[in-house]
Amino acid sequence: MIQEMTYKPDSMILNMGPQHPSTHGVLRLRLETDGEIVNKVEPVLGYLHRTFEKHCENLEYPQIVPYTDRLDYIAAMNNNLGYVLAVEKMLDIELPERVEYIRVIMSELNRIASHLIALGTFGLDLGAWTPLLYTLREREMILDLFESACGARLLYNYMWIGGLSHDLPVGFVEKTYEFLDIFDAKVKEYNDLLSTNKIFVERTVDVGILPKDLAINYACTGPVLRGSGIKWDLRKDEPYSIYDRFEFDVPIGNDEIGSVGDSFDRYMVRVWEMEESAKIVRQALDQLPKNGDVQAAIPRKIKPPKGAEVYFRTEAPRGEIGFYIKSDGTAKPYRLKMRSSAFVNLSVLPEISEGWMIADLVTILGSLDIVLGEIDR
Amino acid sequence: MNAQEIKSILDVQFSDAILGADLETASPYLIIEVSRWHEISEFCKTDESLFFDSLMSLSATDIGETIEVIIHLHSFKHNHRIALKANVKKDEENIATVSDLWATADWHEREAYDLLGVVFENHPNLTRILLPDDWEGFPLRKDYVPQETYHGIPVPKVKE
Repeated sequence: MIQEMTYKPDSMILNMGPQHPSTHGVLRLRLETDGEIVNKVEPVLGYLHRTFEKHCENLEYPQIVPYTDRLDYIAAMNNNLGYVLAVEKMLDIELPERVEYIRVIMSELNRIASHLIALGTFGLDLGAWTPLLYTLREREMILDLFESACGARLLYNYMWIGGLSHDLPVGFVEKTYEFLDIFDAKVKEYNDLLSTNKIFVERTVDVGILPKDLAINYACTGPVLRGSGIKWDLRKDEPYSIYDRFEFDVPIGNDEIGSVGDSFDRYMVRVWEMEESAKIVRQALDQLPKNGDVQAAIPRKIKPPKGAEVYFRTEAPRGEIGFYIKSDGTAKPYRLKMRSSAFVNLSVLPEISEGWMIADLVTILGSLDIVLGEIDR
Repeated sequence: MNAQEIKSILDVQFSDAILGADLETASPYLIIEVSRWHEISEFCKTDESLFFDSLMSLSATDIGETIEVIIHLHSFKHNHRIALKANVKKDEENIATVSDLWATADWHEREAYDLLGVVFENHPNLTRILLPDDWEGFPLRKDYVPQETYHGIPVPKVKE
């Protein structure tokens, strides 16, 4: 819109995206630059808008599960989990133990897979091509496990209301142990390759510092919030499913290298979280009940009571995802709003990237780890 | 603090502005008068015993005559939560923005405007966020009829 533009001396309007590899999808950033310095950033969204919420109003509750896969497609299991838990909360369903454990195993494996992508592409943003090849190698193993369980490698439709689509296949548990044994040694490899790389450290340390109060004011969550030094993890502080049965730490950003809340901290929190997730998967495998149903007894038609509403949030790899569901007593939700973690985390970008160079903007954006499928919905 | 205690704190100052409440559901909420929306939100954020420093989500729902705006609040300090609702008359009434209290509300409010046509007064940049700027109508309203064409491109009809 040419009318809305204001020309200023010494400044140039630059469009970064929607087709730009470093924006991790079809995000467009409208920059006001002075030479190489970014004075203003304005994210322009909506290029991947698929009217998710409108669709939901025309679908029955179980039919929505595959649509949630397509929100944050890097971590589809965690989206499935958030949605089914919200509906189950409305219906007050008691789940078999085995279902709870399998859900935790799958979500944590998916968290590792998602963080592996985050690590690899973050390196890629900064010109390091090799780490991506390493992280994808381990991610493939996780995808193989998922494929054996439900047949899909990206969009799983695995967690259903009241249970799962399939039980675990024969040999899944052994294979997962095998993966964990391999994976435990790999984190050191990523650290050697990327985290302690001199160029990487100099490009990320002290870049795009997000102070605590700003992070809370913008309701940032997940590794972005924890990178700023706030110990808050829904799995620990508001336990859902059976997360209170496992022992794990909540890693936060520290000032050992650079200030708290810089791009490096957000990155490191993800590295540490992968180790914690691996711990949870191991404990869950140890405790997994050998037999049992993978589907609870649920009504044939799912109809939450009229007027019932719920806001339920879970910890996905990118932060809190929340489902606000309002029922009118029919088999379709009257209103479903998804509170997307990446949408909220991205909204802080203009605030923390002003004054940095264009190349640093790529760093800051990469450290927020966004997925456009979830932002545009 | 549970929902009942939160309500009793708000009752002291705002008993006339609280039009209703449901404290028994999974996510307890209070219904607030639209004209006092900003004032009560500000109190919720700044009062020492409430201290809702985090806005988890802001959404809006078309419930017929009115559009219901709802904010889900959470306090890191006290680890308690509550939801506030306001019923805004469709196309007649506006509601105050809370983006000056919680910066995250900025984009949520733009989304509510984009999809349901709620006008937030004093919002710094109330423009469409997900749909194109020149899209017609508000898709999440229950009486929404999609436009026939968009810049000459036919808009697919929804099959019943």
